[in-house]
Amino acid sequence: MITIGHYIVVSSVLFVLGVLGIFINRKNIIIVLMAIELILLAVNINLVAFSHFLHDLTGQIFAMFVLTVAAGEAAIGLAILVIYFRDRGTIAVDDVNHLKG
Amino acid sequence: MHPIVYIVFLPLAAALIAGLGNKALGPLPAKLLTTGALFAACALSWPVFCGFLAGHGEASVVPVLSWVHTGGLAFDWALRVDALTAVMLVVVTSVSALVHLYSWGYMDEDPDQPRFFAYLSLFTFAMLMLVTANNLVQMFFGWEGVGLASYLLIGFWFKKPSACAAAIKAFVVNRVGDLGFMLGIFGVYLVFGTVDIPAILAAAPGMAGSSIGFLGGRFDTMTVLCLLLFIGAMGKSAQLGLHTWLPDAMEGPTPVSALIHAATMVTAGVFMVCRLSPLFQTSPVALAVVTAVGAATCFFAATVGTCQWDIKRVIAYSTCSQLGYMFFAAGVGAYGAAMFHLFTHAFFKALLFLGAGSVIHAMHHEQDMRFYGGLWKKIPLTFAAMLAGTLAITGVGVYDIGFAGFYSKDAIIEAAWARGTGLGHVASFTGIFAALLTSFYSWRLVFLTFFGTPRWAGSEHIAHAVHDAHGAGGHAHDHAHDAPVDAGTGGYHPHESPLTMLIPLGLLSLGAVFAGAVFHGYFTGVETAGAFWQHSTLLFDRDLFAAAEHIPQAVKWAPFAVMLAGFVIALYAYKINPGFPAMFVRVFRPLHAFCYHKWYFDELYAFLFVRPAFALGRLFWKGDKAIIDGLGPDGAARVVAQGVVGARRLQSGLLTSYATWMLVGLVAAVSWVMAR
Amino acid sequence: MIAILAFYLFATLTIVAGLAVIVARNPVHSVLWLICAFFNAAGLMVLAGAEFIAMLLVIVYVGAVAVLFLFVVMMLDIDFATLRAGFMRHLPLGLLIAALLLAELFFGLFAQGTGALKLGTADGSATPPVGASNTEAIGTLLYGHYLFLFEVSGLILLVAMVGAIILTHRQRPGVRGQNVARQISRRPEEATINTRPAVGAGVRL
Repeated sequence: MITIGHYIVVSSVLFVLGVLGIFINRKNIIIVLMAIELILLAVNINLVAFSHFLHDLTGQIFAMFVLTVAAGEAAIGLAILVIYFRDRGTIAVDDVNHLKG
Repeated sequence: MHPIVYIVFLPLAAALIAGLGNKALGPLPAKLLTTGALFAACALSWPVFCGFLAGHGEASVVPVLSWVHTGGLAFDWALRVDALTAVMLVVVTSVSALVHLYSWGYMDEDPDQPRFFAYLSLFTFAMLMLVTANNLVQMFFGWEGVGLASYLLIGFWFKKPSACAAAIKAFVVNRVGDLGFMLGIFGVYLVFGTVDIPAILAAAPGMAGSSIGFLGGRFDTMTVLCLLLFIGAMGKSAQLGLHTWLPDAMEGPTPVSALIHAATMVTAGVFMVCRLSPLFQTSPVALAVVTAVGAATCFFAATVGTCQWDIKRVIAYSTCSQLGYMFFAAGVGAYGAAMFHLFTHAFFKALLFLGAGSVIHAMHHEQDMRFYGGLWKKIPLTFAAMLAGTLAITGVGVYDIGFAGFYSKDAIIEAAWARGTGLGHVASFTGIFAALLTSFYSWRLVFLTFFGTPRWAGSEHIAHAVHDAHGAGGHAHDHAHDAPVDAGTGGYHPHESPLTMLIPLGLLSLGAVFAGAVFHGYFTGVETAGAFWQHSTLLFDRDLFAAAEHIPQAVKWAPFAVMLAGFVIALYAYKINPGFPAMFVRVFRPLHAFCYHKWYFDELYAFLFVRPAFALGRLFWKGDKAIIDGLGPDGAARVVAQGVVGARRLQSGLLTSYATWMLVGLVAAVSWVMAR
Repeated sequence: MIAILAFYLFATLTIVAGLAVIVARNPVHSVLWLICAFFNAAGLMVLAGAEFIAMLLVIVYVGAVAVLFLFVVMMLDIDFATLRAGFMRHLPLGLLIAALLLAELFFGLFAQGTGALKLGTADGSATPPVGASNTEAIGTLLYGHYLFLFEVSGLILLVAMVGAIILTHRQRPGVRGQNVARQISRRPEEATINTRPAVGAGVRL
């Protein structure tokens, strides 16, 4: 029997993987954006699972909106990345330190 | 109002006006005001003194202002006038007035004249407060005041580092003595319950023989009190042990040396001992100490004075030696003789100092006697004054006629012998030997300065004078047209001092010549002195002076003999056979070095006190910086700075690092919530 | 039975794909693994009865967003051969934090399992109606109850589109386009001149 717990486990692990991806990544910024997408995916799975087990469609509506915003955010993020690359010529993480104090 | 009020406060008023007015007032008004005030005070003092001489003076106390009335302690500002005060009044005001007048000429080119005259008047005021004090606290006020004025005047040319150092040295050494004085005052209050002098003196005999706890042991009360008070006198009067400041005090202008370090301030110690003579009489131990210290100082200073080359230093050590005479006279109980010597010494020592100042002025501030010689032709009036002073100090006189020093010094030596104790005899011998040395170095000074061939060509000061007289550089070759230059003169011609300097010299010469003959009866006469001193706190021991008339002839003639011997030796060494001193020095090199270097007292004190004090200061300074500052402000600042360096590393600018830290924070928050 | 098996299959693949996204060397591989993760997540959602969302995931996420990622990765010409050394340096701390986070999430799950933590109960307003398909049910709710939010999300997408264009738009110098307005507003007076040159003399413009 698949309970809500199973879905929660999956969701959590995926979430943590996404978080891990953000800060152990040292290769390039795109991986960060992809990790963010993983996080959003985990949240979506969670919402859908709860919607299913609580018989409440609100979860799915919410998941749809999350999807929408995630798409928009990915677009903007990649646009920023593109113009950053145009300007600096690199997207290696260690070189992105212009906020250095 | 009693004239004493004017005598004491006129100099103060003049000092305040001249001091506060300073540059705004201008030199001439300041000089006129202060000198006028002093002459007025002097004019008022002599009638008071003569009143006591005539026998119809009464000891009186003129109240001025109430001061302290708290608990058991009560004393007021009041001016005491008695015979002892009157003596000091004439000495202080006369010498001060003459020094003021002399300074018109001596300090003529100085830009800071108002300040100088203000300080001189301030000093006079403080000294007068000291001598008119009716309680120990007011005396201490005057004591400190003269110390302050001495510091200000020694360091008058404060741009000279040696003057500043000398002023500090004088003040600090005096401070050591003042500590003893203060402890003495506290002890007196503890024992007698009052600081009022007449009350103390009345109660003193009652306290003889009792004991007091001091520094953990029990000692005789009066001995402890008298010794503590005497330590103060030692500091102020430059007795052996606390004498190191006096020769260095010669850094001040010569009028200052004449006023303070010859006639008045240094005699404050003698005055204090005489004022409190009933107190001292109750403690034979204290008197013995006074005698011993006085005799030792007398001897020490005389030996050192024979070797010095600076004209002012010779006279300074001479002062120190004569003060020793006064102290051992007081120690053997001959207070009258001590005061008489104080009186005559004021005149002839001030004369010697002012005369030396005249020589220095003529020689363009050269003070080294090796650069003098043959001056009696150039500055004859100064020569005459110095001659009078020297005759006075060496005690030239025979039978009952003589110069001032003859009467006073012989009185002391005879009284010391007449005391009869072993210490008295030793003191008497010391006095006689010191008289030999006194005669020698006094005549040495005269011969070196005024006789022989001119030797001042090699002097730097003279070279400056010649340079200034002939203008800068270019006219040097005009020299060839001048009259042939005397060998050794370097083309410089000393000239006599102005009238403002010569008048005081003349007046003091009169004092030096006649003061002894005129006044000896009142001070030390067996029949007459009692009447004079009866209205003062000074104990006049009639029997002692009577016995002094009957001492062995050898002792009576000894001072005369040694005076002649000293004169002859000086004549031989410095006139007839000028090579003799050099040969003497070669033969007795260690002895000469010992005396020339002032018995190495300065070196000893530097090793014992100065260097440890500096080391302690450095320890506290560095320790304070390292420990207290290190733990406190500096340390806190350093921690902050280092913390900042660490904190700066957090701001790497890397997005992922920031994300990491955000996550860490988030996890921490969640953990905290979950833990609750 | 099938459902359980399917669930475990989809779940495992999702997690493995997620892991592969972050550790893959080649960013193109990362994107492809992301796509794989999306597909498997869609499968999970189908199992949960939310087929509309699942299809949306495939169409929008995979079809648009992941493809966009792929475009950008390929366009940026990244030198993906170099693996920076910092990876290993930050791994311990990262793993620690991740482990902590995971632990906390499981703790929450455990709390829910033992009943200490109560899940919220639906108030019944959004219960899927019996008989309608998932799509129909979502449609009813979306255009009914959540209409305003739906419109706003459209606006968000508009803003994102405009933003992306503005950010990346650049003027290319040297491109000669047509200025139609200028062309249209030409007057014959500016274009032609009537002259009568002398024979043999040229025309001076």
